[in-house]
Amino acid sequence: MNHPDFIQLPMTLKDKLISDFKDAELRLNGEAQTPLHRTRQQALRSFEELGFPTIRHEEWKYSNVSTLAKQAFDFGQATDFGQAEVAQLSIPKLDGNILYFVNGVYRADLSKVVSNPSTLKISSFADAARTNPGLIEKHFAKYANFEDNAFTALNTAFTHDGVVIEVPDNQVVAEATVLRFVNDARTANAASQPRNLIVAGKNAQIKVAESFRTVGDFAGFTNVVTEIVLHENANVEYYKVQNESNSSYHIGTTQVCQHDKSHFYSATVTLNGGFVRNNLNIVLDGQHCEAFMYGLYFPNGKQHVDNHTLVDHAKPNSYSNEVYKGILKDKSTGVFNGKIFVRQDAQKTNAYQTCRNVVLSDEASMNTKPQLEIYADDVKCSHGTTTGKLDDEALFYMRSRGIPKDQAMTLLTLAFCDDVVSQIKIDAIREYLRELIQEKLAE
Amino acid sequence: MLKINNLQAAIGEKQILKGINLEVKAGEVHAIMGPNGSGKSTLASVLAGREDYDVTDGSVEFMGSNLLDLSPEARAAEGIFLAFQYPIEIPGVTTINFLKTAINQIRKYHGQDPLDAAQFLRMMREKAKLVKIDDALLKRSLNEGFSGGEKKRNEIFQMAMINPKLAILDETDSGLDIDALRIVAEGVNTLRSPENATIVVTHYQRLLDYIVPDYVHVLYQGRIVKSGPKELAYELEEKGYDWIKDEVAQAV
Repeated sequence: MNHPDFIQLPMTLKDKLISDFKDAELRLNGEAQTPLHRTRQQALRSFEELGFPTIRHEEWKYSNVSTLAKQAFDFGQATDFGQAEVAQLSIPKLDGNILYFVNGVYRADLSKVVSNPSTLKISSFADAARTNPGLIEKHFAKYANFEDNAFTALNTAFTHDGVVIEVPDNQVVAEATVLRFVNDARTANAASQPRNLIVAGKNAQIKVAESFRTVGDFAGFTNVVTEIVLHENANVEYYKVQNESNSSYHIGTTQVCQHDKSHFYSATVTLNGGFVRNNLNIVLDGQHCEAFMYGLYFPNGKQHVDNHTLVDHAKPNSYSNEVYKGILKDKSTGVFNGKIFVRQDAQKTNAYQTCRNVVLSDEASMNTKPQLEIYADDVKCSHGTTTGKLDDEALFYMRSRGIPKDQAMTLLTLAFCDDVVSQIKIDAIREYLRELIQEKLAE
Repeated sequence: MLKINNLQAAIGEKQILKGINLEVKAGEVHAIMGPNGSGKSTLASVLAGREDYDVTDGSVEFMGSNLLDLSPEARAAEGIFLAFQYPIEIPGVTTINFLKTAINQIRKYHGQDPLDAAQFLRMMREKAKLVKIDDALLKRSLNEGFSGGEKKRNEIFQMAMINPKLAILDETDSGLDIDALRIVAEGVNTLRSPENATIVVTHYQRLLDYIVPDYVHVLYQGRIVKSGPKELAYELEEKGYDWIKDEVAQAV
């Protein structure tokens, strides 16, 4: 990674964060007694015990965060990021609810909510903590486990802002909801720890996209946790799009809990990012659920993208399907780790997983590890991973029709990516991604 | 149009073509026949520029220029078209998009403006009718899930769209039933003109009932060991390849 201005700490980031937490606590007054804050304190203790993971940790074997743990980051730093900057980041033709978070802080001045408030209850986490503490208490940190994940612990300890979305029973939110998380690293290191909660009631429907950008050349650090709950027969589309800088670290966990007959549909697209680790964990805690997970990563330069997914079939009769695809250029590295648990009770489970990678350079590398743990005996499960070069036969076929080699490669690569990109049902985001992928291929 | 002189080619250490000599003039149809493993498909591939083969000796002149110096895409632009024995499936790229890119790249090579969408569609409809291919097929990913017959018909459709000077049909009859064969052959015959030429590579004579050649060449062990008029194909059909093999053995 490139660090034009590597700001080194006199103490480790871990010690600094713990001391920041204690300083902030002194200023809390009454809030210190709330259940929310007690959870934060528990999470901080977990973080103190766990510390940042090293590559000796099985889950972090190929993803080294040691350089992150040496840098100086302050969360929620002041910024003059405003309308002019928003204009530069805007996604053409995107309509709906668009919410901006800059350095982790909700920016009402840059955001717009168009959906009817009886259909979509949406607020910043900080506001929801005041106005709807019951909802927070019921769901916050009930799904994303902070006891064995240092980053989730850190996020939970520092939970302050992010978004809380509640779709009441039987409500369908027609408009897309797009959460734009921006780290402003133009003048200093920038860091944010958004904490999001999405609760879809019975028969409710919503589509949400999270977009992550780091602007500027200083280091950026995003540590995001999103918890999503789908009640009976709820339908949630969830897209995560990352277009971060080469000097950015992104660690994110999306924790999904599905109840009976719910339908979860996701795509995670990583276009750029110096260091990216995505955890997508889905617990199918109901019968007749469906979970779809699509993923695409396209690192170049020295970028590193790690996707860890976990599908936990806890109840019978559910279906999960996962398709992750990667294109790796230059000296980039990728990791895919896909776990499927099928618990003893979860008979008649169907669980499928594929991960396909195209390595465009001899210096790029990809590590894949499917892990299936099946304790039920009447299930259908399959997995398959491939890593290779673009198909020479297909290239020759195209060239024999007059299409020059580089253009044939572009067409083949776009087609490969489009398996995933075409799954994105928010048109403006899908088309925007197609364009960005074309641009990146042309680089 | 095409002059092949002492062409020798190898894949790895293995010499496959051991000195091919062949001249094809505009308006002619040449059939290249021979037993399996004689080098027929290698010859087709070398002419189209497949990089797996090393040309170890000889020359190929096409329309006055040295073909072997050109990339596969430049050969296509100069007018060489290879109809594949096993057309490749390319998921995510529609036949329409593929051909539009190909045709506009060929036009660019010749300094011509690209076709606009309307011009392209008009041309596509006309040619689709000519080779009796269903429009719906063209909107699908290239060859993906196509039957054997549909794939071959798509090859001939591509040929009609690109309108090459020299078409090389590599075992186009393999895997086709007689109806599919007839449709493919009709397509090829409709596209024949005094300005273009065709090389039909085949193991069996039956395709030559429909695409009638001016010359038949027998390829065996990397060399053309016999050439003759179209009647040679009937003789091969009747007597098999063994008598050719015997002749070659005696000559050595």
